[in-house]
Amino acid sequence: MDVSQYLEIFLDETNEHLQSLNTQILNLEQNPEDSDTINEIFRAAHSLKGMAGTMGYKRMQNLTHDMENVFSEVRAGNIKVGPEMIDTLFQCLDALQEYTDNIKNSSDEGTNDNEPLIKLLNDYLNGKGAESPAPAPASAEPAKEEPKAEESSASSDSSDKWNQIKFDDSQVKVIGEALKSGMKVYGLNVTVKESCILKAARAFLVLKAIEEKGGEIIVSNPSSQDIEDEKFDFDFTLIVIAECPIDDLIKAASDVSEIDKVVGAPIDMDKVHVEDEETVETADVKPEAEAATSDVPASAPETPAQTSAPASQAPAAAAPSAKPADKKPGKPVVNRTIRVDIEKLDSLMNLVSELIIAKNSLVSASADKVAGTASSNDFNEKIEYLESVTTNLHESVMKVRMVPIENTVQKFPRMIRDLNKKLGKKMELYMTGEDTELDRTVVDEIGDPLMHLLRNSADHGIESAEIRAQRGKPETGSIFLDAYQEGNNVIIEVRDDGNGIDVEAVKNKAIEKGVINAEQAAAMADKDAINLLFHPGFSTAKQITDVSGRGVGLDVVKSKIEALSGEVSVKSVLGEGSTWTIRLPLTLAIIQTLMVVVGGEKYAISLGSIETIETIPEKDIKFVENKEVINLRGQVLPLIRLNRIIDIESKSPEDGNLTVVIVKKGDKMAGIVVDELRGQQEIVIKSLGKYIKQVKFISGATILGDGEVALILDTNALL
Amino acid sequence: MELSNDLKNLPASGDETKIIKQLFQYIVIKLGDENFGIDINYIDNILRMQQITRVPKVPAYLKGVINLRGEVIPVMSLRLKMGLDEDVINKDTRIIILKIDSEGSVGVLVDEVKEVIKLSEDQIESTTGEGVSPESRRFVSAVGQNGNELISILDIASISLDEN
Repeated sequence: MDVSQYLEIFLDETNEHLQSLNTQILNLEQNPEDSDTINEIFRAAHSLKGMAGTMGYKRMQNLTHDMENVFSEVRAGNIKVGPEMIDTLFQCLDALQEYTDNIKNSSDEGTNDNEPLIKLLNDYLNGKGAESPAPAPASAEPAKEEPKAEESSASSDSSDKWNQIKFDDSQVKVIGEALKSGMKVYGLNVTVKESCILKAARAFLVLKAIEEKGGEIIVSNPSSQDIEDEKFDFDFTLIVIAECPIDDLIKAASDVSEIDKVVGAPIDMDKVHVEDEETVETADVKPEAEAATSDVPASAPETPAQTSAPASQAPAAAAPSAKPADKKPGKPVVNRTIRVDIEKLDSLMNLVSELIIAKNSLVSASADKVAGTASSNDFNEKIEYLESVTTNLHESVMKVRMVPIENTVQKFPRMIRDLNKKLGKKMELYMTGEDTELDRTVVDEIGDPLMHLLRNSADHGIESAEIRAQRGKPETGSIFLDAYQEGNNVIIEVRDDGNGIDVEAVKNKAIEKGVINAEQAAAMADKDAINLLFHPGFSTAKQITDVSGRGVGLDVVKSKIEALSGEVSVKSVLGEGSTWTIRLPLTLAIIQTLMVVVGGEKYAISLGSIETIETIPEKDIKFVENKEVINLRGQVLPLIRLNRIIDIESKSPEDGNLTVVIVKKGDKMAGIVVDELRGQQEIVIKSLGKYIKQVKFISGATILGDGEVALILDTNALL
Repeated sequence: MELSNDLKNLPASGDETKIIKQLFQYIVIKLGDENFGIDINYIDNILRMQQITRVPKVPAYLKGVINLRGEVIPVMSLRLKMGLDEDVINKDTRIIILKIDSEGSVGVLVDEVKEVIKLSEDQIESTTGEGVSPESRRFVSAVGQNGNELISILDIASISLDEN
């Protein structure tokens, strides 16, 4: 068995615990006495330790173990939480994050022991050691792993379970040979804690620990296959051939976490022989046992040689090697997964059943048609039903893909806290709308751009406390991260009450960098000047700080967000602060569109951006600054001739009326002139591929019912 | 598979050569009057002409996109890319789908697909430019001798290279 099947769960949960630790420790910094927080931290550290142990990540386990110890003392009121301790704890979290990242990339935790951190943690423990010398485990009841001494003295009901195991001939032979060559044969009974979730994983680690001690497992009850498949209650029995004393094996096995107890004793060979005779009659256990140990006779003679080396290793040699070493580094070993609320899955299941019903009714309708008994109404009805089912199905699938942005933004308070210290400024991050949901792919990708904007606000936006005081602002700067849904879009705003953007400074720098010349600068509107910030090769940070301006400019933010079919804009008032607005589509995979035809070509326009559809007489077109506009119910809108943008001949309307699709983007609106409307259609978005360089106003392509490819128009880019 | 069979068969079929030469397989295509070879390892599929959806604002040699088993694949005109005249679509016109690691799949329009040939190493010479029209020279990596015919072997990497 291999624990790698649990790797995904492990990583998922580890990240969750780390996140919660981050949040809670931040909390703790504010309220060092809050017992709920301390308990929460303790619990998270404890779970982390258990999980790392299960997976055989010793270094991670050691670090979390010490953190847990510190917290159990804090909980008991023996240690007070101080600022240095918070710093240390954060460093520990970073170290744990590093382990986790390593595991994600290579399924190995790496080799960093983080001894300085462990030492620091132990210093906290020892610092108070004088008054209460009791070591941490005293209050850490759930963490207890050490087996009680008396458990190894075979006294309980499970103590002689190994004597009930029946051997077959070949096993007896192996045991006999082993005894002859000076090895010892032990029976072991291992009981897993009832609260244990991954019993099979624990059992696997026990088997592994025993093997590393040089023990060879010749029989197990239940069979090793059953143990792997978790087909055992809470205990299993092993017959082991080994050279080392039984206590070593017991110790190794009970070092695995969540093992309740391990008992064992040397096997009485006389008994074995007797049992052997019985076995002949009760053959039911045999096939399994045989299967599990069929290779034993061959390998048994080598056992002494194998034994000597591992037996000399340190007792805790358990399982950094639990992962197969043949995994290629570089590529993350874990698939991208998504956790889905079971209710969402249920509704999906229901809809699929409905889909099948709809299909069946269509089948029968078609049979009726062949028989000549069906009316065309029947068909239409059924197709409508099918349509409503697929629409709901789409919605449900979309919901499955949606995750709250919470996971991504949770790390930001911690980041701002660190920046506070690093930059020597005072600022506070306020977040709202963390529960806003977005497509998983978007949520995964949005973290970096957001982090960049926040760092930008912290570094360039917020002024130092003195300047703020001079300007009559509160000393502590505020950065806001607000997320909310607007129609088919999700808006994420990063706002600060800092310095704002100095348009003149931006212009000067742009001239300096050769992005624009002086005349252009003079003629440039403030808004356009601010947009220069997104120009590639434009980083306002003159002095490259650790925080921002490390070559990764806002242009990267912009391109990343555009790659997600979103857009970013900025508003700023000098001296009062700036607001960065990111607008993202709710989902990337499937959208409702209006199909339009221009010059014989079909294009899809997302319904989300369509306001209305109007028929406008050509004579109503007015000109403003030489550009075509229309007056729609008192509002003057620019008119966009789609055919001119896509370079195609459009047929002119016979009746002099234009079909105009009114689209909006934020508060901007425009009318797009098309030849024909082809109705609403739900489409699956496909990429145009890497080969065709991004055409600005084409956001992708889709395949229509007849196999034809239609392009998707990004009206936002046209406005 | 076919290749290895050939390797096995060669000495047995009375060929006196002791050294087994490595064989390369090419698909011979026609563009205008010239024959070109495309290494078979790059070829994913050969399609009959089908409707190509035009994409606006792209270089002229990019003809648009097609639907290949539910994937959207860009198609370009080899003729235009190599500076020849515009394609004339007829019943022989084919779209060859090339798989290029860095760029994914791309289709190329060719006048005609003629045959599959095998060339051994010594039948292939790196190009000196002789027997290759000047326009197409930079897309040709080598010239193969197939009987009396010269086959210009296309350099897929330079074809897939984007010029803008």
